[in-house]
Amino acid sequence: MDSLWNYKWLLVQGSGITLLLGICSLCLALVIGLAGAAAKIGGGSALRRIAGCYTTFVRSVPDLCMMLLLYFGGQTLLNKLGTVTGWWDYVELNAFFAGVITIGFIFGAYMTETFRGAYVSIPPGQLEAAHAIGMTHGQVFRLITFPQLMGYALPSIGVNWMVLLKTTALVSVIGLKDLVSYGMSAGNTTRNPFIFLLAIMAIYLLFTAASEAVLRALEARYTRGRRREV
Amino acid sequence: MSPPELLALIAEFSEKQSPIDFVLILSHWDIFLTGIKNTILLVLFGLVFGAIVALPMAIARWRRIAILSEAIAGFVYVIRGSPMLVQAYILYFGLAQFEAVRESVVWPVLKSPWFCAAIAFAINSAAYQVEIYRGGLNAVPRGEIEAAAAIGMSRTMALRRIILPSALRRCLPMMANESIFLLHGSAIASMLTVIDVLGAARRFNAQYYLAYEGFLAATVIYMVLVFGITRILGFVERKTLKHLALRSATNRIQTQLI
Repeated sequence: MDSLWNYKWLLVQGSGITLLLGICSLCLALVIGLAGAAAKIGGGSALRRIAGCYTTFVRSVPDLCMMLLLYFGGQTLLNKLGTVTGWWDYVELNAFFAGVITIGFIFGAYMTETFRGAYVSIPPGQLEAAHAIGMTHGQVFRLITFPQLMGYALPSIGVNWMVLLKTTALVSVIGLKDLVSYGMSAGNTTRNPFIFLLAIMAIYLLFTAASEAVLRALEARYTRGRRREV
Repeated sequence: MSPPELLALIAEFSEKQSPIDFVLILSHWDIFLTGIKNTILLVLFGLVFGAIVALPMAIARWRRIAILSEAIAGFVYVIRGSPMLVQAYILYFGLAQFEAVRESVVWPVLKSPWFCAAIAFAINSAAYQVEIYRGGLNAVPRGEIEAAAAIGMSRTMALRRIILPSALRRCLPMMANESIFLLHGSAIASMLTVIDVLGAARRFNAQYYLAYEGFLAATVIYMVLVFGITRILGFVERKTLKHLALRSATNRIQTQLI
């Protein structure tokens, strides 16, 4: 227990990095998801096909494998591009940045499906009604679709967020010092990895429990206007 | 051009011009085969042992057996709320520090990274499967249970002959998801030095000092595996849920007619 207390700030720092990584990746995933859903719903056949390939590809490859591929492959690609165009010399990807991009890229695919599903759940009669009273496409999106989209998408975004947070545990493979990585090194130094791993697990559980509470509050807020089926 | 010449040409193209040296990857098919074998075995072990543990737990949750039910709910919450990587680390790195564990009879099992990964997968999958089976049990229509009781079946017999077959069949689509999920999770076995598909890729990369070629091969292999699992489970689902599918098909026709 003593050793755990001695390393408390290291664990706090690791938790901060994990949380920050999670939140940044979530934002990127939401942006990609909205774009992907827009492409799947309103895009032309080419855009739709690209979005379809993207979601199928991401959802059939393990996140750890994808992370390694994007990190090492992306780095090589970036450097080859630099050599060919002569725009930049050797660059090394920052591990945090790479982590955000990979996790955002992976969960963007899940978010695409989330937003597409949410869009489909909006009763089509509402959209037809809005068009019928003469609203433009922009107005329909701004006044009718978007406010309800969040309400319908929220439960699924919540599930994705919890999975995303757990996925951040994998970033230690690409060299980012996150909670797992700090905890493991502290555990190895003190020759007591068990207690540190338990602490890491407890911190993740804390994050999950806190997320659940926040989500419940958000959900209550965003679905205020919806009629409940009894 | 003779076949050997053609082969030499392909090898040269692969080594010099192609961005990915695919001939090198193909010539190491054996390590990737080991990886595929280990990945499939690990996932099967996790699913089967997970199911063996999860089924009684789900029944206990469904029957709302006091204390036991709450304890199982706690177990499910803890396992589903924390990363599988950390769970696997606890088994592999965490337990090894205790003298008592190292001298106990289970040490030969816990010493092996393969078994640690397999046990972690089984525990993790069990937590998810408990929820799946519980959902299936809750979805069994009351009428079926009452009918079984009415013709004089005991509770156990009703469970075995009526409720479980009906519930488990309903769980199939969710089990397909869980299998894919576990296959994705199984990549962390490579973090415990197991040669699974990703482990093979990492070893291959390390041997030739490559950055990503092995990962690309692993990606393709995983995609094929996922595709295969989806096809097989889809087939099983269609076979076992035939009676439900037929009804929904007639429904669809009826709605179209209206």
